[in-house]
Amino acid sequence: MNTSATFGVGTPSESDFRDTRGGDMSEIGLTKGHVTVGSVEIQAAKMTARGVNIFYGDKQAIHDVTVDIGKNQVIAMIGPSGCGKSTFLRSLNRMNDTIDGCKIEGDIRIDGEDLYSPKLDVVELRARVGMVFQKPNPFPKSIYDNVAYGPKIHGLAETRVDLDEMVEKSLRRAGLWDEVKDRLFQAGTGLSGGQQQRLCIARAIAVSPEVILMDEPCSALDPIATARIEELIEELSHNFTIAIVTHNMQQAARVSQRTAYFHLGRLIEVNPTEQVFTNPEHSLTESYITGRFG
Amino acid sequence: MSKEPIYLEKIQRSLVGRYRAERVFRGCGMLAVSLGLAAVLLVFVDIFIKGTGAFSATYIALDVTYEKDLLGIENFADQRQVNSGDWEAVYKQALRRDFPDIRKRGERRKLYALVSSAAGYDIKDRLLANPGLLGSKETLWVLADDDIDSYYKSWLDGNAYTARLTDGQIRVLDTLINTERMQLRFNANFLTRGDSREPEQAGIWGAVIGSFLTLMLTLVLSFPVGIAAAVYLEEFAPKNKVTDFIEVNINNLAAVPSIIFGLLGLAIFINLFQIPRSIPVVGGLVLAVMTLPTIIITSRAAIKSVPPSIREAALGMGASRNQTVLHHVLPLALPGMLTGAIIGMARALGETAPLLMIGMVAFIVDIPAGFTDPATVLPVQIFLWADSPERAFIEKTSAAIMVLLGFLVTMNTSAVWLRKRLERRW
Repeated sequence: MNTSATFGVGTPSESDFRDTRGGDMSEIGLTKGHVTVGSVEIQAAKMTARGVNIFYGDKQAIHDVTVDIGKNQVIAMIGPSGCGKSTFLRSLNRMNDTIDGCKIEGDIRIDGEDLYSPKLDVVELRARVGMVFQKPNPFPKSIYDNVAYGPKIHGLAETRVDLDEMVEKSLRRAGLWDEVKDRLFQAGTGLSGGQQQRLCIARAIAVSPEVILMDEPCSALDPIATARIEELIEELSHNFTIAIVTHNMQQAARVSQRTAYFHLGRLIEVNPTEQVFTNPEHSLTESYITGRFG
Repeated sequence: MSKEPIYLEKIQRSLVGRYRAERVFRGCGMLAVSLGLAAVLLVFVDIFIKGTGAFSATYIALDVTYEKDLLGIENFADQRQVNSGDWEAVYKQALRRDFPDIRKRGERRKLYALVSSAAGYDIKDRLLANPGLLGSKETLWVLADDDIDSYYKSWLDGNAYTARLTDGQIRVLDTLINTERMQLRFNANFLTRGDSREPEQAGIWGAVIGSFLTLMLTLVLSFPVGIAAAVYLEEFAPKNKVTDFIEVNINNLAAVPSIIFGLLGLAIFINLFQIPRSIPVVGGLVLAVMTLPTIIITSRAAIKSVPPSIREAALGMGASRNQTVLHHVLPLALPGMLTGAIIGMARALGETAPLLMIGMVAFIVDIPAGFTDPATVLPVQIFLWADSPERAFIEKTSAAIMVLLGFLVTMNTSAVWLRKRLERRW
């Protein structure tokens, strides 16, 4: 793996992207028709992706990704910056629709329903597949209103009492209730970073989604807040299917059952987390987890 | 290790130059700001010195007798008698009594000319309000003519302006001044009346009401349309050649000279749609068209400044586009939009050129009572007075500018206050 030096360490630049379509990919052990190694398909799949290609304009960000996301499991997506893991995650609830010039090919399904079929309603999809973002982004409203927003717009609560219950339940599940119960009507943006992120998780689970997508949810947080979120992810995985993008390999190892390693827009390897971190199948995965780049 | 001290010396040497450059740069900035401030201050002080005179007017004390024979009135209930009453005879008689030496017809007329032609109407109003005064005597302060006003104010400043007066008039005035029967009093007329050919009777209220009606219409028309256009272009419109073309044109429209909008109003609203000229409706339409690009541009900037993370959060929750805009983007963008609208309104308030094209430059004495009454606006009133030959209009012009500046400062201050008030700092 001494050739990995060609790439250097850190964020791949644009030229690295262009290289992926050039002929020198073989140098780093990545062939043009790369086939993901490991156990791509699993028995109880909640979501399935088959041959997914994603383009930003004429730049291809994701190449032929095929993977299953297991029900009530946590799948971690790791890889160097710019490898396309966030792009892929965002295609799972069609958040990429909002980006101009973003085009998706291939087949993504949730419980067998095609995400990109014209019959599927994107609003309904996002109620089923919630999302937590990298930077905590509570609405500039009260804590209560933040959590109540989803149930309100989807008309889930019949009465004010129902809504109060939903808010309390969500905040409890997000482990935030005890900290905020006395100031529910104060600004959500007044909380600390870790509390804000848990508020965003509470907001996401308030509509009881089937899948929660988390895009580097702890990258803006300190280790203590990160530990709390990780505990929360562990708890939530009993009831929810979770896909989490992370830069933190220890985090992936701690919270996930399966790990997918992305590299330059390709899915290199998917395997049970323990195997990925102890006995990776692909040499690129090994280089990454041993810290040779990333 | 041995190289480090040399670097330090180099750094220290370069520091001198860097600090000098910083001082020069800061000095240039301060010079620029003080030059600008000095210019503004000069204009303001000049206008203030010239304009304050307009808030006082010269009055003359006359011992009047309300004789029935003189007025030709027995009974105020008789409308015909009231209409034919010779109200001016009251002050003319008082002047004749005070200056019995002046007997020639021409000199008499000059004597009567000391008093404003409004005095007769003031006497009529006073008697109609107090019918009991008929037959009695009193000392009445009557409004002096504008030439007398100019003379008295300049006399008070120690440099009497006599060009418009005869020697006989000046003798009479000196007598009045010496017997303390001449006085500066608060000029309520200026703030309550409409325009007049006679400077001492001219007031700003007609133009204030005209401006208010015109701007109301401008705001009602341009604010909702501007915001709707901005929201559509920013949040819903596809990004393609057509929207690029629209964007370029909106930016161009904002830079079009305002008189072009006046010509547009003349061609479209007056000639094509046959809306009467000189009325606030047509003025408001023209100014709305003129303000629209400004409001669209500032509103789009306000929408753009809403962090995308808020949009993502809402969309990620399953909010529709519409809900995202209405629940999250608009409330956050509103302070910026309001500021833009108020600044656009302030610009419209100060606009003269397009209104000249649509007949709002007409001489209008009556105070407009509605959107379809002929009206003029503050800047046009300033233009009209600045254009008038009478010396007394100089101070009226400056005073009108003071009123206009007052409104502008109020509007811009409220824009800042509104933004501070509505801005969410969380």
